[in-house]
Amino acid sequence: MDASPDIVGATATTPASYTVVNKRWEFNGTATLHLARACEKDSWSPAAPGQFAMLYALGVGEAAISFSGLPETPGRYVVTVRRAGAISDALTRLKRGDGLGLRGPFGVGWPLDSVKNKDVVVVAGGLGLAPLRPIIEYLAHDRGVANSVSVLYGARSPDAILFERDLSRWRNDAGMNVRVTVDAAASAWRGDVGLVTTLIPEIEFRPKNSVALICGPEIMMRFAAEAMEDAGLPQKAIWLSMERNMKCAVGFCGHCQFGSYFICKNGPIFSYDRIRDTLLVREL
Amino acid sequence: MGGTEADIDDFGGAFTLQRADFQALLDALSKLGYDIIAPTMKDGAIVYGAIRAVEELPIGWTDDQGPGRYRLSKRLDGALFGYAVGPHSWKKYLHPPERELWRAKRNGNAVTFKTKPPDKQKRAFLGVRACEIAAIDIQSRVFVDDLYSDESYETRRRNTMVIAVNCSSPAETCFCTSMDTGPAVSGGYDLLITEVVEENAHVFVMKAASNAGQAVLAQLPLKTASPADVASSRAVIRGAEQAISRTMDTEGLRELLQENPEHPQWDDVASRCLSCTNCTAVCPTCFCTTVADHTGLSGEESRRLQTWDSCFSGAFSELSGGSVRQSTKSRYRQWMTHKLSTWIDQFGASGCVGCGRCIAWCPVGIDITAEVTSLRAKPKKEA
Ligand SMILES: Cc1cc2nc3c(=O)[nH]c(=O)nc-3n(C[C@H](O)[C@H](O)[C@H](O)COP(=O)(O)OP(=O)(O)OC[C@H]3O[C@@H](n4cnc5c(N)ncnc54)[C@H](O)[C@@H]3O)c2cc1C
Ligand code: SF4
Ligand code: SF4
Ligand code: FES
Repeated sequence: MDASPDIVGATATTPASYTVVNKRWEFNGTATLHLARACEKDSWSPAAPGQFAMLYALGVGEAAISFSGLPETPGRYVVTVRRAGAISDALTRLKRGDGLGLRGPFGVGWPLDSVKNKDVVVVAGGLGLAPLRPIIEYLAHDRGVANSVSVLYGARSPDAILFERDLSRWRNDAGMNVRVTVDAAASAWRGDVGLVTTLIPEIEFRPKNSVALICGPEIMMRFAAEAMEDAGLPQKAIWLSMERNMKCAVGFCGHCQFGSYFICKNGPIFSYDRIRDTLLVREL
Repeated sequence: MGGTEADIDDFGGAFTLQRADFQALLDALSKLGYDIIAPTMKDGAIVYGAIRAVEELPIGWTDDQGPGRYRLSKRLDGALFGYAVGPHSWKKYLHPPERELWRAKRNGNAVTFKTKPPDKQKRAFLGVRACEIAAIDIQSRVFVDDLYSDESYETRRRNTMVIAVNCSSPAETCFCTSMDTGPAVSGGYDLLITEVVEENAHVFVMKAASNAGQAVLAQLPLKTASPADVASSRAVIRGAEQAISRTMDTEGLRELLQENPEHPQWDDVASRCLSCTNCTAVCPTCFCTTVADHTGLSGEESRRLQTWDSCFSGAFSELSGGSVRQSTKSRYRQWMTHKLSTWIDQFGASGCVGCGRCIAWCPVGIDITAEVTSLRAKPKKEA
């Protein structure tokens, strides 16, 4: 039995080899990496907006990272990583040409079917804009899909704003109502200051014909979901991207459980009606 | 899974093996290429380990169990299977406590990955109880029948022969009758043994339910079971059923737990629980794992190891801002709510088979059946 040769090749539990083909620092500690499959024999499948991968830094470990861009070229993915600890630090340190491991895509993405002809309200906090970027790009590309698109984005400070060029392109070329607010800023900042939820009453949407897509820190998502419900959206039309500790991404390790759900396979995107009660319990 | 009257009375096609010939069963299994895993005695407990000879079984021993209590004592007879379940379960073979997932290596700039082929060793589990068959079925739902299938688990499960034994001597901690998993074995086995120990007879009434089981029986010096043997087997099962006194009321339990995350009983149990993780380690259905990299000195090579984990540990729910479940209250609530409630939503069955291990091996004697009773008794806390 021990004489059997090792198995080479990626599976849902064994990573495929990828290479960093492009890297861009968004701001201090946060980088966007363009990844290309290193071995043609490994399978690759197109990801849906909102899905994620497990990225592996050699000798350090794996972290769940959402796709922030979905190139059409087979074998390519784009991710944006924020330095939060050992693994994400190692990932952001990767340079062009460096190798890493990737498993995925995993999970259930944003509800592409539900945005048709709707007023789409995107609410993002901090790095939460990254998992939303692919669906915003989809709506920017096919402008007839949604009736209107608002992008409300809250960042910590003016120098921690992600995807600045995309934000102005979405505003100027795609006709989206893009509003950026920061928690605190020096007087040079001419935009909004304050929590992203304060922007919700300032935009126009038809409550019964809207969809809200929310991603950010859990506390921000709770407030944003409540605000959208107060504005008249049914809970089923409010979507959140949840985060819990993840080790396997395939439903085996048990870490990502959130009430009855496994965030890795039933999520990470959930409609608010399915998780509201669980979200309100502390330490669940 | 539970033994209905029809199942229990189904001793058609049964044979008897004399106690003096029991070694022939072990020899047949070895000859057919199986590693035999069976109850053995170690450090004052009955645990599962590899055996070749019948003398390695805990002959003439039994266990005395209660909340926070497990002791072995001598029986008056020479029964081979006269005890209930100990601290081990078969999950240590099907879902090992530590397993290498893959090895990673730097090749130039690239990082490449290799995995070992799945373990194809044939194993015969001898002495699997009804509740344990239910537990194996439950873990198979997690690792094989779900969205993804774990090839390594699936291969080990496929190469395992289950030789079940009908319980004759349940422990005080057993409550399989409440969970509808036992004590009579009613499926999920290759071979089924009922041990009959009487004044002048010591026989094993045996039945095969698969080709692999038939192949083993074909090697043994058997006689067709007599009506008296069948009657004795039924008496063993009925005796076991009557010996079980512990109960857990499962009616509406799924809803009760999900609707009461702020019940005062969670604070009560948290004041006793040590978050020691014993209950999750001994539970035959707990499946959670974590992973760690074991890196060579050069840093150019790494082994990825998976080990059992517990929802009672702080790291289990860690996010970059800290653990989601900081308090023992939230951890015990997660464990028990998962086991008895959300498990049903996830896998279509309760995660508890009523084996009683978590009761016996809790250092402070926390009893899951008593916790259910308390949760039912106290009023729902108003928000
Ligand atoms: C579905 C999903 C999508 C995500 N998308 C992104 C993304 O696009 N970009 C991004 O930068 N981050 C993303 N994250 C968060 C990212 O996975 C964590 O920040 C990262 O795992 C932290 O690891 P660390 O060692 O760098 O951090 P540390 O803060 O050092 O982590 C401390 C400890 O907590 C553990 N830990 C912390 N968070 C997690 C987690 N979520 N899962 C498992 N273990 C964790 C680490 O393993 C470590 O043991 C996402 C998380 C999830 C669940
Ligand atoms: S929860 Fe306790 S009684 Fe139930 S299966 Fe697990 S160890 Fe056995
Ligand atoms: S319930 Fe008992 S066995 Fe389980 S973690 Fe608490 S103290 Fe340990
Ligand atoms: S991340 Fe392992 S079960 Fe979801």
